[in-house]
Amino acid sequence: MEARLLQRELMELTARVLEEGVLDKQFLEIQTLRDEDNPNFPAEVVALFFEDAQKLINELTKALQQGQNYVDFGKIGADAHQLKGSSASVGAKRITDLCIAFRGFCDQLNVEGCCGCLQQLHYEFSLTKNKLESIFKLEKQILAGGGMLPGM
Amino acid sequence: MSAASTVGFGDLHILAVDDSSVDRKLIERLLRSSPFRVTIVDSVKKALELLGSLHTPKVDMIITDYSMPEMTGYDLLKRVKACSALREIPVVIVSSDNIPQRITRCLEDGAEEFLLKPLRQPDLSRLYNLMLRNNNRH
Repeated sequence: MEARLLQRELMELTARVLEEGVLDKQFLEIQTLRDEDNPNFPAEVVALFFEDAQKLINELTKALQQGQNYVDFGKIGADAHQLKGSSASVGAKRITDLCIAFRGFCDQLNVEGCCGCLQQLHYEFSLTKNKLESIFKLEKQILAGGGMLPGM
Repeated sequence: MSAASTVGFGDLHILAVDDSSVDRKLIERLLRSSPFRVTIVDSVKKALELLGSLHTPKVDMIITDYSMPEMTGYDLLKRVKACSALREIPVVIVSSDNIPQRITRCLEDGAEEFLLKPLRQPDLSRLYNLMLRNNNRH
């Protein structure tokens, strides 16, 4: 009974984040890669993403604090490219889109544009992390209550 | 696909190259459901070391990310095609960027296929069939 309510809550939460464009279909694809041999696959790959993303966002922040004339656009462009890739692989759509915008500003050597993007990246990263943590928390509760998850 | 294959599935060896830990985990998971032997490395340098080593079981397909720091997947492609011992190995290039000139260049310079990330199971199933066909040709 409890599991059923939680499953409903999970479905609604997932539908909302997809609708809001925080996550996209790739996240659903990741969920299909869960099976008996890899029950935690989605959480594991997302954890790798968080680790990678945090590191890259820290690097970008440091690089943009160097002052207008000392920004290494080659490096921050490469970091943004890496973040774009890993976010796209887990379906973190808003982060991917911000990285694309960021690279555009890099190409224009536009420090202000990059800083604006970076600010949004900080925000969207926190938001995406919270949503994903909520999703995985619900999944854990459902499994603990003996319920099934989509894809199993 | 012929049922009377002369080569056992487990004999075929895929080498995957990607500097992203997220993408390595993804490809590892996707390849886990395949019957082939799989080696995954995080740089072109490591891939070349493996390919050049006598201890490495023969590689039947290389799947490589395009954009990597230091040497790129394209650099790996060129090295493999320039080496007589390796040039027959099909090289598949994977990228998160859809740049037509890049795709054309890779295919013209000998890449077997150019796939867009994120990779999905159907992409890999196609590659397995390719590998099996290549190995039945001999």
